[in-house]
Amino acid sequence: MSSLLLRNTTKLVRKLQPLSSLNKQTVRYFSNLLPDITLGLSEEQKEFQKVAFQFAEDRLLPGVAKWDKEEHFPRDVLKEAAELGFGGIYVKDDVGGSNLTRLDASVIFEALSSIDVSTTAFISIHNMCCSLIDKYGTEEQRQKFLPKLVTMENIASYCLTEPGSGSDASSLQTKAVKDGGHYVLNGSKAFISGGGESEVYLIMARTGGSGPKGISCILVEKGTPGLSFGKKEHKLGWNSQPTRAVILEDCKVPVENLIGKEGEGFSIAMRALDGGRINIAACSLGGAHRCLTYARDYLKVRKQFGQTLSNFQGLQFQLADMATELYASRLMVRDAASKLDEGHPQATGLAAMAKLKAADACFKIVDNSLQMHGGYGYLKEYPVERFLR
Amino acid sequence: MNRILVPVKRVIDYAVKIRVRPDKLGVETANVKMSMNPFDEIAVEEAIQLKEKGHAKEIIAVSLGPKANQETLRTALAMGADRAILVETDAELQPLAVAKLLQKIAEAEKPDLVILGKQAIDDDANQTGQMLAGLLKWPQGTFASQVNPLSGKVNVTRETDKGLETLEIIPPAVLTADLRLNTPRFAKLQNIMKAKKKEIEQRTPEGLGVDISPRLTVISVEEPPTRAAGVKVETVDQLVQKNKKKKKKK
Repeated sequence: MSSLLLRNTTKLVRKLQPLSSLNKQTVRYFSNLLPDITLGLSEEQKEFQKVAFQFAEDRLLPGVAKWDKEEHFPRDVLKEAAELGFGGIYVKDDVGGSNLTRLDASVIFEALSSIDVSTTAFISIHNMCCSLIDKYGTEEQRQKFLPKLVTMENIASYCLTEPGSGSDASSLQTKAVKDGGHYVLNGSKAFISGGGESEVYLIMARTGGSGPKGISCILVEKGTPGLSFGKKEHKLGWNSQPTRAVILEDCKVPVENLIGKEGEGFSIAMRALDGGRINIAACSLGGAHRCLTYARDYLKVRKQFGQTLSNFQGLQFQLADMATELYASRLMVRDAASKLDEGHPQATGLAAMAKLKAADACFKIVDNSLQMHGGYGYLKEYPVERFLR
Repeated sequence: MNRILVPVKRVIDYAVKIRVRPDKLGVETANVKMSMNPFDEIAVEEAIQLKEKGHAKEIIAVSLGPKANQETLRTALAMGADRAILVETDAELQPLAVAKLLQKIAEAEKPDLVILGKQAIDDDANQTGQMLAGLLKWPQGTFASQVNPLSGKVNVTRETDKGLETLEIIPPAVLTADLRLNTPRFAKLQNIMKAKKKEIEQRTPEGLGVDISPRLTVISVEEPPTRAAGVKVETVDQLVQKNKKKKKKK
C-alpha cells in the first residue's frame, strides 16, 4: 500500500517539475523607462537639442574627466560652442546673438550637461551675463561688449555674492563712489565663477543708501587698475570652471560702465537670476537624465544572487520613482522657462520652484544611481560620481 | 557645376541598441531614436563644401519615406542645403525603388552631381548609388574619399580593397561618400532657424510615376548567434587537432 502511494507521489512530483520553468526569469528591457527628452518640443527645438547632444558627445566628452581632474578651463572648446551659437542664446542677433528663447536655452543646456555639467553651467552663467547687458545696457554698451562676448572670445562673470552677504544679497558692502566721470569701487566679491579668467565683470555695488534700492550694476573690465583676484578655489566639483574672489581696491571705471540706472542694480541682478535659475535647473536635468540611463543599463548587466539586478522589484520601484521625478522636474523647468519668456507675472516664483524641485530631485536621482552601481559607483572610472559632485 | 542633389535617409541612430521584433521580420523601430544616415551626413557636408569653394550654386536634399523624414531634411537644410524634396510614402522602399525615384528627380532637377552615402547603416545594401548611375546611364565614383573638381571634370579618389584608385569623371555623375571623405559640421543655431524658412517640396511615388512595389521579400531577421565559449588547449598539437576536426564538421 505504502509503495503504491510512493509511486504515485513520485509521478506527481515528476508532473510538478515543469513548474520550475515558471521560475525562469523574464528579461527586463526598461524600454519605456526614460521619459522622452524630446516630448513637447517644436521641430526647431528638437534640432537644437540634437546639435547640443552631438556637440557634447563630440567635443565635451573626450575631455570632461581630464578637465575635472586637472581643474582645466577649456576656453577653446567654449569658443567652439559659441561658434554654434551657444554663447548668447537669448541675446538679440544684431550683436551676433542667437535670438532664441529661455525655453530653447534650457533645452540646449539640458543636452550639454548630460555630458558635462560643470562646463555647461559656466556657459549658462556667461549667457546670463550677456543677456543682462543685452536687456539693460545702452546701445553703446551692447555694441561695445556683446559682439566679443557672444563669440566667447571674451567671457563675463556675474559678481553679487560677498564674503559677508550670500543669501542676504541686498546687504552687500562693495561701494561705488562717484568721482567726476568715474566710479571708484572698493570691496570684494566671493565665489565668482570665471573669476580671474573672465574679461568682463558685472559688479553689483552700493552707490546709494542701504538696502536693495542703493545698489547699482557696474561693468568692470579685466586689466582695470584696482581689480585683482584671490586664489583659485579648489572645489569638490565643477572643476572645469575657475572660482575666485574678485577684489576691488580703488578701482576706477568710467560712469559709462553703469548698466541701467543707479539704484536699479539689485532689481537687474535678481531678474537676471530668474533666467539663471532656469539654466542651472536645466543643467541638473541633463545630469540626472544621463545618470538614470547609467543606472538602467547597469542594472541590466550586473548579476547577483543568480540573476540580473533588473529583476529585483525593489530596484525596479526605485527606477520608476527616479524616472517620475525626472519627468516632473523637467515639466516644471520647461514651463517656468516659457512663463519667463512670456513675461508672466508669476514667472519669478515659478522659476524658483522649478529650480528647487529640479535640483533636489536630480540630486536624489544621481545619488540613487550611484548607489545602484554599488562599489563601482564610488570609483572615478565610472562617470556617476562626477555628476554627484 | 550648378546643382548637387543629395539623397538622405532617416535610419535608426547608430548608438541605439537594436532589438529584433517578435515577428522576426525586422527590428524594433517604435520609440527608437532616428537620425540621418552617417554616410549621408558626409555626403551633405561634401556638397556644402563644394558650394563654399564655389564649385556649385545650389544644393538640393531629397528624402524618400514617411512624413517624419522631414526631420532629416531639416537637418540637411540646417547644415546648408538650399532646398529639400520629400517623396512621401509609408510603403516599404527597397534600393531599386529608391534608385528609380531618384532617377525621376534627377531627370527633373538636372543636377551635375548626385552624392549619396555609400550605404545605409540599417540595411547596409550599398546598392542605391550604383543602381541610380545605371538607370541614368551616368558615370559613378563610389566609396569616394576625395572629390576634386577641375574644369569640366571631377577627380574622385576611391577607397577599394586593393587600395586607392583615382578616376577622372565627367559630370553629370553619381558619387557615393565613404567615411574618410570629410567630417560633417554641426549645424549652427542660426542656421537651424534659417532652415525653417527654406521650402520642403512634397512629392509622391505615384506623382513621379514610379512602381515601388518590393522585389525582395525578407524571410527572417535574427540576432547573431551568441558567441560560443572558447576552449583553452594545452599544446599547439591539440590546437591543430581541434581545427582539423572543425574543418571536417564543416
